[in-house]
Amino acid sequence: MVTTTVAGVGRKTLWLVGEMGRMMVFLISTVAWMARPPFRVMQLLKQIHFIGFKSLFVIVLTGTFTGMVLGLQGYYSLRKFGAEALLGSAVALSIIRELGPVLSALMVTGRAGSAMTAEIGIMRITEQIDALDTMAVNPMQYLIAPKVLASIIVMPMLCSIFDIIGIYGGYLVGVELLGVSSGAYTSSMESSVEWKDVYGGFLKAISFGVIISWVCTYKGYNTTMSAEGLGTATTEAVVLSSVLILIWDYFITSVLM
Amino acid sequence: MGMEASTLVIRLVGVEKTLGGQPVLQGVNLEIPRGKVTTIIGKSGGGKSVLLKHMIGLLKPDRGQVLVDGTDITRLSAHDLNEVRKKFAMLFQGAALFDSLTVFENVAFPLREKTRLKETEIERKVNEILEAVGLTDMGHKFPAELSGGMRKRAGLARALVMGPEIILFDEPTTGLDPLLARTIHDLIIETQRRFGFTAIMVSHEIPEIFGISDYVAMLLDGVIVEMTTSEQFQHTRHPGVKEFINVGPGRRLGNRQGEPVI
Repeated sequence: MVTTTVAGVGRKTLWLVGEMGRMMVFLISTVAWMARPPFRVMQLLKQIHFIGFKSLFVIVLTGTFTGMVLGLQGYYSLRKFGAEALLGSAVALSIIRELGPVLSALMVTGRAGSAMTAEIGIMRITEQIDALDTMAVNPMQYLIAPKVLASIIVMPMLCSIFDIIGIYGGYLVGVELLGVSSGAYTSSMESSVEWKDVYGGFLKAISFGVIISWVCTYKGYNTTMSAEGLGTATTEAVVLSSVLILIWDYFITSVLM
Repeated sequence: MGMEASTLVIRLVGVEKTLGGQPVLQGVNLEIPRGKVTTIIGKSGGGKSVLLKHMIGLLKPDRGQVLVDGTDITRLSAHDLNEVRKKFAMLFQGAALFDSLTVFENVAFPLREKTRLKETEIERKVNEILEAVGLTDMGHKFPAELSGGMRKRAGLARALVMGPEIILFDEPTTGLDPLLARTIHDLIIETQRRFGFTAIMVSHEIPEIFGISDYVAMLLDGVIVEMTTSEQFQHTRHPGVKEFINVGPGRRLGNRQGEPVI
């Protein structure tokens, strides 16, 4: 009884360590193939369109409402101290430093990340990845590298759109609805937001782009040969990538402080 | 079989492979003659496809050698393996066409990736091949819009387009009705005669494959138990092989001589 439990824990641990190693090898080999010609410009543009452009609607929607609710909550809290004038600064800082990168990354995981896993997983199950191999076209280079590169390019852009829309959302609620002065909103924002807040946010967005594409393509690439396997892979990809985003967010924030 | 080395295109020596803790191949020795149709038969899930994937380096053996024109491909770097793969093409079970590309783009894919041909030249070549497999004017369709048989044809076209020396067929007629299966078999033979490639097929279509194969080999319990000409194979004395080919679908209701089975 005890020995089977211990053996079970041991097996799980070994698998986990092995999996981390395999994921690392996958990432390194992706980067290596990314640097090698031929460069797949068309594939890259397709992926930028898919991951970036097609996520715009979701990003705009969530950005607006996040900004609006921040305006509401911020106003409520700040009024207790008679500091409504700082609303602009509160909304802008929380969005630029934290919510913009994290929420846009979570939305992209849900929309584009799951689709990446499913697409690659289906290609694995229907042997399209093997077909690429037999035609001497490296699947890492043809399929994976453009997705990772596109995510890295697109995430800071989506994040900055989220930031701007979110700040306007806060403005809408704070200034138009609750009567904070427009000048106070913008000037408090201008005086408190520093350049390092902005580039810190972009740095986060870039690293989240790596996490999303890395985890989601890895899970798809290693899908087991069944429809059930595909479902599991997609779920695992979304959960793991979301969890990693939040954990990594803590560490990168503590370094950037 | 003791064939001359020059007439052999692929030679497997003592190939062993364990997948998911299950020993699948347990010392496979096999010689594939050049320019002929060789069919490997065996039980479902018995490792036939695994064996085929070893020949093109999609899987690496745990032990043993896979010699293609005398070169052991299990020891090659990724780059050198890709060079050897230029001799090959493979028709997968589900045809493995790229969903996001049209039939034309699928067939043109290896040409665009691996040659410097001009677009007009590619167009001419692809249309010629599509015609050869009976898919004239189907180039604009996507794989999802095709029937199973047409998908196999398109897969065959993609396999043929680079003019490979060797084509591997992984159960080319699985999932097709008997009539369609025969058309695909005929198409394979017709194109093999026309282009002269070495065909290696994995199948369990008994007795149909005897009519179209030059050589037949049987994989049983992870080893090749019999490999000989199609003619001799049908008169085998090996009890396991005998059992397998006598319960093939064609013999269930009475054999060719019209004798009742039971």
